[in-house]
Amino acid sequence: MPGPGPRLRPVVLPARGDPARDQVARTVCSMATMPVNRMVDETPVTATGLDSESAWWLGALAETGPRREAALRRLHELLMRVARAEVARRGPRVRITGPELDDLACQAAADALMAVTGKLGQFRGESRFTTWACKFAIFEVSAKIGRHFWRHPAVPLDAEDWDRLPDRFGLDPAQEAEWRDLAAALRRAVDDELTPRQREVFVAIVLNGVPLDALVLELGSNRNAIYKVLFDARRKLRSVLVASGYLRDDSPRNS
Amino acid sequence: MNDWQALDDFLRTDPRDVGCDQAMEMLHVYVELVAAGDPAEQRYPGIAAHLRACGPCGEDFEGLLAAVRGEAD
Repeated sequence: MPGPGPRLRPVVLPARGDPARDQVARTVCSMATMPVNRMVDETPVTATGLDSESAWWLGALAETGPRREAALRRLHELLMRVARAEVARRGPRVRITGPELDDLACQAAADALMAVTGKLGQFRGESRFTTWACKFAIFEVSAKIGRHFWRHPAVPLDAEDWDRLPDRFGLDPAQEAEWRDLAAALRRAVDDELTPRQREVFVAIVLNGVPLDALVLELGSNRNAIYKVLFDARRKLRSVLVASGYLRDDSPRNS
Repeated sequence: MNDWQALDDFLRTDPRDVGCDQAMEMLHVYVELVAAGDPAEQRYPGIAAHLRACGPCGEDFEGLLAAVRGEAD
């Protein structure tokens, strides 16, 4: 929880002789005379020190004027490079191409910049600043790809096609005699054992192939909540299939 | 290995799994450990368990790792 009042985060000066040392020192001095509401916010800091580059970023972004503007431009360029690389990496799998891909990257970089500047006080110095900042570009790309899914959904959310199960889990149709009973038991467990919410999430993700991030948007939820619903559903279904002898009861997968 | 190994793997849950929020909160730290060749899985077994099981978080991990390794340059 934040402390009782605003305070500056401790910034550890780079070593003597490092040109960044004077820069950071000037920044810290200027922050000390800054009005309270212009400071980096008061979230407690757990890190004992920052590398000089991270300290430079924090100092520059906490300022006003041309130095901050230059830092924002540089940060935006970095986030843009990361967002472009990430949409290019994911693009083929999510079937987004051409200008749409670049638009998505531009929006992700812009929103990531807003997120980073709005959350500066949450940076605890546990990694380099740029790694922390790039995380938001990745998150924004994920969210925007999730939104994109609903522009061309492959199946309606309320569809329920159990014929997709073999393909989803690589069950060989030629071996159906071996897995038919298991599949029937799974379907019974989905119908009888899951809560309506667990069933909805299981069907959407497993049978309909809706990406989890897209389902999050459709259900007005968040990734953690939907993952937890699916996690509980998986655990419950496996327990039923173990109890009925279809799956082996052994320790959790560790690798 | 039987024909339904993929289904069995999907249904297995790891009690160490920390969930999306905790994993994403520490993703930048975890990624730097991995990039540096440090034993991230040993230090954060709950995050490692989560990244193995959660497709979207696993994607975010791969993307940030690629960025840190300079593949975005």
